[in-house]
Amino acid sequence: MMTIYILLLPLLASLIALAAGNKFASRLALFFSAAELLLTVYAYIIFTKEGYAPFAIQHAWISSPSISINMGVDGLSLLMVILTNLISPLIILSAFNRNIENASRYFALILFMQFAMLGVFISFDGLLYYIFWELALIPIYFIALNWGGKNRVAVTLKFFIYTLAGSLLMLVGFIYLYWKNPNHTFNWHELSALTNVCSCDQSWLFWLIFIAFAIKIPIVPFHTWQADTYSESPTQGTMLLSGIMLKMGIYSLFRWLLPIVPAGVAQWGPLALTLCIIGVVYASVIAIMQGDLKRLLAYSSLSHVGLIAAGVFVLNSSGMQGAAVQMLAHAINVVGLFYCADIIINRTGTSNLYLLGGIRNVAPRFNTLFMIVVLGSVALPLTNAFIGEFLLLFGVYTYNTWLAVFAGLTIILGAVYMLRMFQITMLGNTSEHTAQFNDLSINESIVLGTIAILIFVTGIYPKPIIELVQPTLEVILNKALIK
Amino acid sequence: MSTLLYTSLLGLCCMLAEVLNLRKLLVPLVIIGLSFIFWVNFQEWNTPSDLTIGPVSLANMVMFDHFSIAFSGLAIIIAILLFILSANYYSNEEKNLSDYLSILIFALVGALVMFSFANLAMLFLGIEILSISIYIMAGSRRFDKRSNESGFKYFLMGAFASGFLLFGIALVYGAAGSFEFSKITQYLNSSDIHPMFHTGVLLILFALLFKVSAVPFHFWSPDVYEGAPVLITAFMSTLVKVAAFGAIYRLFNTAFVGIIPFTEPILYAVIIATLFVSNAIALQQQNVKRMLAYSGISHAGYMLIAILSMINKTDDALYFYSVSYAIATIGLFALVISTFKSNMSEQFEAFNGLSKKNPFAAAAITIFLLSMAGIPPLAGFFGKYNLFSEAVSAGYINLVIIAVINSAISIYYYFKMILAMYTKPADEKPLVITGSYWTVAVICLLLTIIIGVVPDSLMQLLR
Repeated sequence: MMTIYILLLPLLASLIALAAGNKFASRLALFFSAAELLLTVYAYIIFTKEGYAPFAIQHAWISSPSISINMGVDGLSLLMVILTNLISPLIILSAFNRNIENASRYFALILFMQFAMLGVFISFDGLLYYIFWELALIPIYFIALNWGGKNRVAVTLKFFIYTLAGSLLMLVGFIYLYWKNPNHTFNWHELSALTNVCSCDQSWLFWLIFIAFAIKIPIVPFHTWQADTYSESPTQGTMLLSGIMLKMGIYSLFRWLLPIVPAGVAQWGPLALTLCIIGVVYASVIAIMQGDLKRLLAYSSLSHVGLIAAGVFVLNSSGMQGAAVQMLAHAINVVGLFYCADIIINRTGTSNLYLLGGIRNVAPRFNTLFMIVVLGSVALPLTNAFIGEFLLLFGVYTYNTWLAVFAGLTIILGAVYMLRMFQITMLGNTSEHTAQFNDLSINESIVLGTIAILIFVTGIYPKPIIELVQPTLEVILNKALIK
Repeated sequence: MSTLLYTSLLGLCCMLAEVLNLRKLLVPLVIIGLSFIFWVNFQEWNTPSDLTIGPVSLANMVMFDHFSIAFSGLAIIIAILLFILSANYYSNEEKNLSDYLSILIFALVGALVMFSFANLAMLFLGIEILSISIYIMAGSRRFDKRSNESGFKYFLMGAFASGFLLFGIALVYGAAGSFEFSKITQYLNSSDIHPMFHTGVLLILFALLFKVSAVPFHFWSPDVYEGAPVLITAFMSTLVKVAAFGAIYRLFNTAFVGIIPFTEPILYAVIIATLFVSNAIALQQQNVKRMLAYSGISHAGYMLIAILSMINKTDDALYFYSVSYAIATIGLFALVISTFKSNMSEQFEAFNGLSKKNPFAAAAITIFLLSMAGIPPLAGFFGKYNLFSEAVSAGYINLVIIAVINSAISIYYYFKMILAMYTKPADEKPLVITGSYWTVAVICLLLTIIIGVVPDSLMQLLR
């Protein structure tokens, strides 16, 4: 039952927030997401004591085609649930004291989005998973459409159609596997143990399924929707997209690609890996050239997730561990970065880097916290991204030295664009836009302070994360290596 | 059997109501009558007459099996919902009301015959009863040029299709020596089949493809949809389409069993052409009725997939799709008619800023469109899912990939409406939605969501 409570609480909260009216919606949303976080912590404690058993749910839904409400958590799922429920309250808190029209609908959509994403992470039935995967697209589309920037109409439509096209192809792949499965179900445990799908079929199945995830993550060259959508969405939308939604893609690589079509991965994995690494370098170079704050962060995110996805495809345990750790780290850092960008844009009215500068002189508290977030995302030792990136690069190195050389550029290039951004916005003399910059308010300090603490805590002591996901990753790795 | 009789009687009574001066009560009476007929139909479910179970009624002319009863039930519900709309739609045309209603009831009779025929002559009768009623109704706005054009165009093109159908039936008769399904099946099982038979099947197929407006037999549909009164457009896009698909399935599943390999390449090409042409043209439409016409054509393309993969017994998939498509379309029309009336315009601009004028109507329209586009967890998703799943199982995975690509394209024109509602500024004209429109919209909205969340019982109905 625990699983159902965790899943349905945000849905309930979403309806309550919608009914509550604009005035109370934000506080109710925060209250419920905090309650959800507590519930998640409780679930984690139970999980460490009793394992998977208390979480498994098997309930008939549609008899033929056989689709069941088959939910549960294993280590990887639980990590994603923790990630979602940890980031969501921060996202909601970050919207406080901003002038948001129709606030009740805004927060209701955010909570609905949380519900759909949780569904993705805990579904073990392919079609159920697919339904949640699609469902997550609706709220984020309307968040970006109704509260986004100037070009939102064209940009969000492209985003929607692009991602939907990818997912529909994945659906075709799943249907094919459904008929291949002698029991005719979408059950993950059965699909990941199929032996009658020949490698000739897996070869094209790989692409049907992979493209859906590659668009969502995004992996170069499927990334063209990303920078526009990130910069046109409202800040909370960008945080949802970059913080949690793209992790749906990486999580799905683990869950619904590697074990499902292992022979396809063996055939095309190296190509996918190369695409990931190309993305790392390509996005870094573009990020260095950017003059717009939000676009710069969008490309930096593209570069980071490229490396995470690469960690999945190297098919060794350190790469996969790195990917898991880095998913959490990236979620925390990218939300922090976009929040800092939001604070800057909100106060100065511009996201053009060259109009900024000297904020350090007027806002010392903001300066310190921003610095911590930046250092976290350039993977300074003792910060969270360091562990992840080290494991990832080690994984890639074990796979192929040359790829690791190129992937390793991320350390240098990442530092270049991040520190360049920090230098231009924070250091130097104040400009006319930044002279009146107020330091952080209490809400903002809480969000950024929490993020800073998380950066250090998970950086200094990442052991629980690795211990949480390790057994699951081993299972997946074993399934992926059987051809 | 009694369903068919009672419906015909209801049509006659409706004409008599004119004499008895019962115009005010007419719509409620018709709805009550149809509800009674639905109940009668429901009773027949437990005692179907079937070729395997018992004697076929009326000299082997009609056959009431679960397939025909289920589709009849759907047709009756469609008719009830549309008649509820007609109460307000014809509120200032009381003079002709009883004529209109009885003609539409006879259209329903035609549809019922098309679901239950067991003889090619009955197929022809059913199609003609349905079509002639709709020809009249499409041209029922006598002083409106476009309505006249619409009725006339539909009649001319429909007459050609009927000619094809008759010729095809004649050829099949010439080869098989009978109109009856059982005799035709016997003939098909015999070793040598005359080429005349295949020609006949093709002609019949073309005539039926005309009725469902599949490409390249679709040219009439946008013009007719645009010119006809909106309520009749709703009739055409739901009742007529469902009836035609019921007839195709029944014909090929009972009379022409085993002929599918012969029609396969034709159907395959028609489906691909239908999907791409309709979606490509729908992208450029500015008029909502024309857009819906092209979207209807594309839905015909998806439903033809069920005909193509008939070898898997896809009647349940076809039925589910018909239900989800019909309720989403009727609900959409209920709100679209109101919007047209309030704005005196049938362009996309009529929907500008609807979310500010009436958030609930905008949300409902969005849900209907999303259901048509096949977004989970709405009814339309499972409709598409079933079709795709059956087609993959029958080995048409390439076709399914083409179909899902078209599904993604269709988002673009459905979202044009959503974008108009949510991003364009509102104008001054208020949106008036009267009681009966709301009733239908809310019923359809609930059904769309409920069928999407608990689709099981509907999926098992014909299994």
